[in-house]
Amino acid sequence: MTTVDGRHTLDREAERLAYKPPEVRHDVQGDMETEERVEKAMHHFVKNFNSQTASYLDGCLHCGMCADACHFHVRTDDPRYTPIWKLELFKQAYKREAGPFAFFYRLFGFKKKVTIEQLKEWQHLLYDSCTVCGRCSLVCPMGIDIAGLVSMARHGMFMAGLIPHELHETAKRAAETGSPLGITPEKFEDRVEWMADEHDVEIPMDVEQADVLAVMSSIEIQKYPQSIAATARILNAAGESWTFRTDGFEATNFGMLSGNPNWQKEATMKLINAAIKIGAKLIVLPECGHAYMALRWMGANVYGKPLPFKVMHISEYMADALNTGKIKVKKVDTSVTYHDPCQVSRRGGATKAARDVIRHLGVDFREMEYGGDYNWCCGGGGGVVTIKRADPLRHRVFKLKMDQVEATEAKELLSSCANCRQSFDDSQEHFSWDYKMGSLMEMVAENLEEGQS
Amino acid sequence: MDLLDFARGPALQVAAYIFVAGIIWRLVGIIMLKEKPEFSDPRKPGGFMAALKVIYTRSFTAAPFKRATLYPKMLGYVLHIGFFVVILLFVPHIVFFEGFLGFDWPGLPNNAIYLAGVATVVSGLALLVRRLTNPVLKLISNFDDYFSWFVTMLPIVTGLIMPVRMGVRYETLLAIHILSVAVLMIWLPFGKLGHSFLVFVTRGTTGMVFERRGAKT
Repeated sequence: MTTVDGRHTLDREAERLAYKPPEVRHDVQGDMETEERVEKAMHHFVKNFNSQTASYLDGCLHCGMCADACHFHVRTDDPRYTPIWKLELFKQAYKREAGPFAFFYRLFGFKKKVTIEQLKEWQHLLYDSCTVCGRCSLVCPMGIDIAGLVSMARHGMFMAGLIPHELHETAKRAAETGSPLGITPEKFEDRVEWMADEHDVEIPMDVEQADVLAVMSSIEIQKYPQSIAATARILNAAGESWTFRTDGFEATNFGMLSGNPNWQKEATMKLINAAIKIGAKLIVLPECGHAYMALRWMGANVYGKPLPFKVMHISEYMADALNTGKIKVKKVDTSVTYHDPCQVSRRGGATKAARDVIRHLGVDFREMEYGGDYNWCCGGGGGVVTIKRADPLRHRVFKLKMDQVEATEAKELLSSCANCRQSFDDSQEHFSWDYKMGSLMEMVAENLEEGQS
Repeated sequence: MDLLDFARGPALQVAAYIFVAGIIWRLVGIIMLKEKPEFSDPRKPGGFMAALKVIYTRSFTAAPFKRATLYPKMLGYVLHIGFFVVILLFVPHIVFFEGFLGFDWPGLPNNAIYLAGVATVVSGLALLVRRLTNPVLKLISNFDDYFSWFVTMLPIVTGLIMPVRMGVRYETLLAIHILSVAVLMIWLPFGKLGHSFLVFVTRGTTGMVFERRGAKT
């Protein structure tokens, strides 16, 4: 019979194989005084205030329904991941400093001053656990665009030097080199030449006058270079006068994702200036969600006046070219499901375009349950995929996506966003998942009718 | 001046002033903030019609969220409908409104009003229990949530106990009821009950911004 050593207490309650998760890291950039950081965070949050955002912060009912729409909350049941809670500090600051009754809030001490410790804690909520996918904005009975507010809060956090290091480094690299992955114009030119040879396709580069400026995302250039050839095939098939430019090729905008408006403006202006220089009538954006948001919907506001050209996501361009007969595709005998990039579909309004393209491909299309505008995000948007410490949480959240995809029993999974694709590839490897995400654009390029490719 | 005179007279009058001034102050404070010009090329017209559309459509839950939000939504509907039925369709209330509006409208029988009042209180209680027990709501709730709940329930409860009397004079009960309405009117513009007018602003702006993008609203 076993006897218990009385010198040690017997703990029957502890979980077997329990481990203490590491403390969440709070990153800090620069060497500002504590007071200055708090001041900057709040000042830059409130700086961009307008009646729209003010009414949003004033209008919250505390009904908590946004929690049911957020993948981070749904998968963890952690109440901190309630979308509106991610803005609690900023709501507090707004009511105390800028709201219509700020005077009373301060006088009676109803809302306390935000502290640096709170801001550090909120870094995890505003960056690691929010992809700015905007699903929460659709459930809110008050119609509050919570995702838009998160972007504004990130602006404050960036200025206070309180963002995750990896995202900061990526955004800084993008600002310094023009690409988040450090792809220089020379390297881009090399990759384009390589793809032109490899795929035997003509790819115009640095043409001085062209109707269409095509741009790429660094993720594609680096990880999925075949996208370069696919873009070229489609634009060639459509008979466009088009070009890539070494002085404006990067579509991603990590200034926007990290919350630095100056870096956001620099990246946007490069594209705008390149398009104006060649007299382009159209910029065709690559398969990238946030690039669409940055140029299609925010570009003109950064520019300060309407853009002198049109902006289209590649899925919109393909839909238009197929609908008007500019390009033709062969029917493809397979079943397909489609993952909507949040910034293109739900928040960008181009949900129909991808479906038009899929219809032309003649595949057996299997929409995910509540796909399209209500699609679950890949979990890697909003810069989350760059934050290494967020990986375990991101993988946990990805399970929702896996279930959604598997339920369709489609043979192929497609999307139109390289960032989603990267996020899917990473999680696919993590889970040894059977599905491999493909590109809608590549499927079109591979199935252009004879004589067009 | 007895309590009823006070409640009917200066109390209600001051409450009405604060109610109107508070709403104007809050709305002006929001609307006066600078508005950034929007230069992006719209996919759809947006504008006022888009605002109206979303003010209407957000009254209903989108299909993917129905299951998860069914319970609080149903309670919310009962609370709001019950509350407005009691305010607007109880005959003595109609007589009161007729006093300064100059016209009346048909009311509901007292029993129906009583039922609506009870339903309102029951749904209010259920929502309170949920707020106190649901981990998300426990975390995000503050003084405003509980106080707003209290001042909303107060006029309904004081109205419901009037026929019961419990040995208290009718005039006293009526005075208490009117005073509770005054408290509600005074608090409404300042806390979360401001959603009664802010809902048009928040839904409307979302409608205008996202409809012009052609995005889901």
